[in-house]
Amino acid sequence: MNLEFTPEEVAFREEVRSFIEASYPKHLGDTGMREDLSREDFVAWHKVLGEKGWSTPAWPEAYGGTGWTPTQRYIWSEENARVNALMPLPFGVSMVGPVIYTFGNEEQKAQHLPGIRSGETWWCQGYSEPGAGSDLASLKTTAVRDGDHYVINGQKTWTTLAQHADWGFFLCRTDPDAAKPQEGISFILLDMNTPGVEVRPIKLIDGGYEVNETWLTDVRVPVENLVGEENKGWTYAKFLLAHERSGIAGVARSKRGVEKLREIAGSEILDGEPLMSDLDFARKVSQLEIDLAALEITELRTLAGEQAGKGPGPESSILKIKGTEIQQRLTELTLEAVGSYGTPLYGNIANVPGDAGSNQYPIGPDYAQHAASTYFNMRKTSIYGGSNEIQRNIITKMILGL
Amino acid sequence: MDFNFTEEQDMVRDGLIRMVRENYDWDTRRGVVASEAGWRPEVWAQLAELGILGMPFSEEDGGFGGGAVDSMVVMEEFGKGLVVEPFVPTVVCAGGFLKHAGTAAQKEEHIGGIVDGSRVFAFAYAEPRGRYDFANLETTAKKSGGDYVLNGHKAVVIGAPWASHLIVTARTSGERTDKQGISVFVVEKSADGVVTRDYPTIDGRHASEVYFENVTVPAEALIGEEGNALPLIERVTDEAIAALCAEACGAMKVANAMTVEYSRQRKQFGVAIGKFQVLQHRMVDMYTEYEQSVSLTYLATLRLDADERTRKLAVSAAKVRLGQAAHHIGQEAIQIHGGMGMTDELAIGAYFKRLTIFDSEFGNVDHHMKRHIALS
Repeated sequence: MNLEFTPEEVAFREEVRSFIEASYPKHLGDTGMREDLSREDFVAWHKVLGEKGWSTPAWPEAYGGTGWTPTQRYIWSEENARVNALMPLPFGVSMVGPVIYTFGNEEQKAQHLPGIRSGETWWCQGYSEPGAGSDLASLKTTAVRDGDHYVINGQKTWTTLAQHADWGFFLCRTDPDAAKPQEGISFILLDMNTPGVEVRPIKLIDGGYEVNETWLTDVRVPVENLVGEENKGWTYAKFLLAHERSGIAGVARSKRGVEKLREIAGSEILDGEPLMSDLDFARKVSQLEIDLAALEITELRTLAGEQAGKGPGPESSILKIKGTEIQQRLTELTLEAVGSYGTPLYGNIANVPGDAGSNQYPIGPDYAQHAASTYFNMRKTSIYGGSNEIQRNIITKMILGL
Repeated sequence: MDFNFTEEQDMVRDGLIRMVRENYDWDTRRGVVASEAGWRPEVWAQLAELGILGMPFSEEDGGFGGGAVDSMVVMEEFGKGLVVEPFVPTVVCAGGFLKHAGTAAQKEEHIGGIVDGSRVFAFAYAEPRGRYDFANLETTAKKSGGDYVLNGHKAVVIGAPWASHLIVTARTSGERTDKQGISVFVVEKSADGVVTRDYPTIDGRHASEVYFENVTVPAEALIGEEGNALPLIERVTDEAIAALCAEACGAMKVANAMTVEYSRQRKQFGVAIGKFQVLQHRMVDMYTEYEQSVSLTYLATLRLDADERTRKLAVSAAKVRLGQAAHHIGQEAIQIHGGMGMTDELAIGAYFKRLTIFDSEFGNVDHHMKRHIALS
C-alpha cells in the first residue's frame, strides 16, 4: 500500500501539463463552473482533445479510449483542474457513449462514436419528466411502433443545454402493459432536428438558461435508433447512471476551488485582518479540506477497485453524495467570503469589471461576480443525477442489504 | 499508488481474526474487563507468539521488518474485537521512541523484551493541567551528577497497571510551555519513588495516575537528545494516532454491522424497523462516515514518513474526521438500538464507549482542527 507516483506517472504528469499549457484555448480563461457560455466555447477544448485522441480517456481503447490507468486519469483531471479547464460535457462522453459501445450495434457505434469523440455532435439527455423525477420509472413519454418508425409523444424536462443539441438519448415507454413499470421502457436515440421536437428554455434561480423543457409531438424516429433491446432501456439507464456517478465527485475541481477560496479569504478583511486568519472561518475551510481529502482517497480506492476489474458499483453513490455536498459547501463558503459584494445582480449590470473600454467604476472585486450565482446554481448537484436521497436508497439496498 | 495489502499482511489479518474470534467473544471480554487484572497476559503471550508484537521492528533489532501499514492491519482487527491489550503504548509508542531515537544499547535492552512479550510499556505524557499540549509540562527531570531526578504527576496513563516500564516526558529546562527543554526517559515502574493509583477506564481498559517522587534514573534512561524531544514526541504520537484511527475504523465497522443487523430483527408497527426509510438513510450516513474514516486512516498511515508538515496535516485531518465520525456512529448506533442500546448487556454500548473515548486520545477534534488550521 502506498500513495506514491511512479516515475512513469510523474513523466505523464509533465507531459499532460505541457500539453494543456500549450493547447488549452486561452480565450476561455478561468471559466470554471459557469454554464452561460457559447456553444463554441463549450466545445473548444473538447475539439482540441478530440484531435489529440484524449477526449474519451475512460473508454475502451478499441473505441478510442486512451488506455490510461485510473491513476493516469486522476492525474489528467488534476492537471485540467489546475487551469480550471472547461472539460468536454458529460452527455456524450460519459453518458450515451458508454451505453452505445456497450449495448449498441455496429451501425450505431460507427454513426455516433466519432462525433462524440471529436466534439462535433452535441448530445442531451431525455430522462426526467414533469411527473417522473426521482421516480423515473413512472415516465409517460410513449414510443409507439408504426412500421419502420417509433412515434414519440410526451414531455421531457431538465434537458440540460438541449438548446445546442444535435442528438438526444431518450427513455420512452414502449410497453404500457408491462408487469413492472421498469420493464416497458426503451432507450432511443433522437435527432433533435426531427419535426415535432420543441425545446423551450427554463430560467433558473441563478439567472442562467441551462435547462429546458423538451416537447415531443408525433416525432417519427427510425427503429434503427433503438439501442439494445426493446423494453430493456431501464437496464441501460441504470448502467449510465453508475457511470455518471463515478465522475461526479469533482475532487480535482473542488481542490482548485478551495485554493481560490483561500485566495479570496486572504484578500477580504475582517477586523483589520485577512478573513483567512479568523478562526471561525478558517475552521470551516479546514473542515472542507479535510472532507475533501477523505473524498479524494475514497475516489482513488474506487478507481483502484475499477483497475482490479470491479466496475463502478454502488460505492459510487458515496462519491456522488459527498462530492456534491462538498461542491455546495465550497460555493456557500465562497459566497460567505465575498461578503456584501455577493449581493449585486451582476448579470444585469453593464460595465462590470473586466469589460474592455468601460469608464465606469467597477462594482466589487472580480472574484465576487460569480459567487452568488454559482452558489445558487450548485444547489442542483444534490438533486440531479439521481438525487442524494435516491443515492441513499441505492446504498440501503445494494450495500446495507435492507 | 497502490491500495492492496501484501500477502503477509493478509496472513497477519487472518491470524488475528482467528485469535480475536477465539479469545474475544462478547461474554469473555465482559468478564476480562470486569476482572481485577483487566487484561490477559496469556493473550499478550499469544500475540508475541504470532509475531504481532515484533512486527514493526526491523530485522536487525529482532523484529520482522514491518511498518505502519502492518500496525494498521493489527489495530483494525483489535478495534473490531475491542481488544484491550496495550499494543499502542508498548509497540507503537515505546517501540517508536526506541526505533527513532534509541541508542544501540537501548534497543538491545528493550526491543527484545517487547517482541517476546516480557516487557510491557505505558506512555506517561499527559498531565492534569497540560490538556493535549505535549510541551505543557510540570513534570521535571533535574540533572544530578550522572543521573536525572524526576518529579511530577502524569494523568490517565493507559495500560500503566499492566506495564513493567514507562516512557515519561519531562522538562529538563525552560518554562512550563516552552517547546525546548523537553526530554523523554525510560523508567522502570518498580523504581523507587514511582507511585501509581490504578483504576479501570469507562471504555474497558485500565489506567493509572502516576506520581514521580524524586525518582532517580541513570543518564542511559534518556531517549534521544536532552531538551529537544518535542519533534520526536510529535512523530511518535502521530504514529499512535494513525494506529488508533485504524482501531476506531474496526470498531465503527462492527458498530455499523450490529446496527444494521438489529434493525433487521427488531419489529415495530408490524415490520422490521430497518424498512423505515428514515432509519435507512441514517444507517447509510453511518456507512459513509465509516468509509471516509477508512480513507483518511489510509492517508494518515501512508504519510507517517513524509515531511513533517505533510505528516501532521494528514494525521490531524484523520483525527478530526474520525473523531467526528466516531461520535456520530456511536450516538446513532445507540439511538437505532433504542432502549436495548442503553443496556450494559449488549455489546453495542462497549463500542460506543470506546469510540467516544477515542476522540480524546492524543488530541480531540478541536485540538487537531487548530493544528490543521495552523499548518494550512
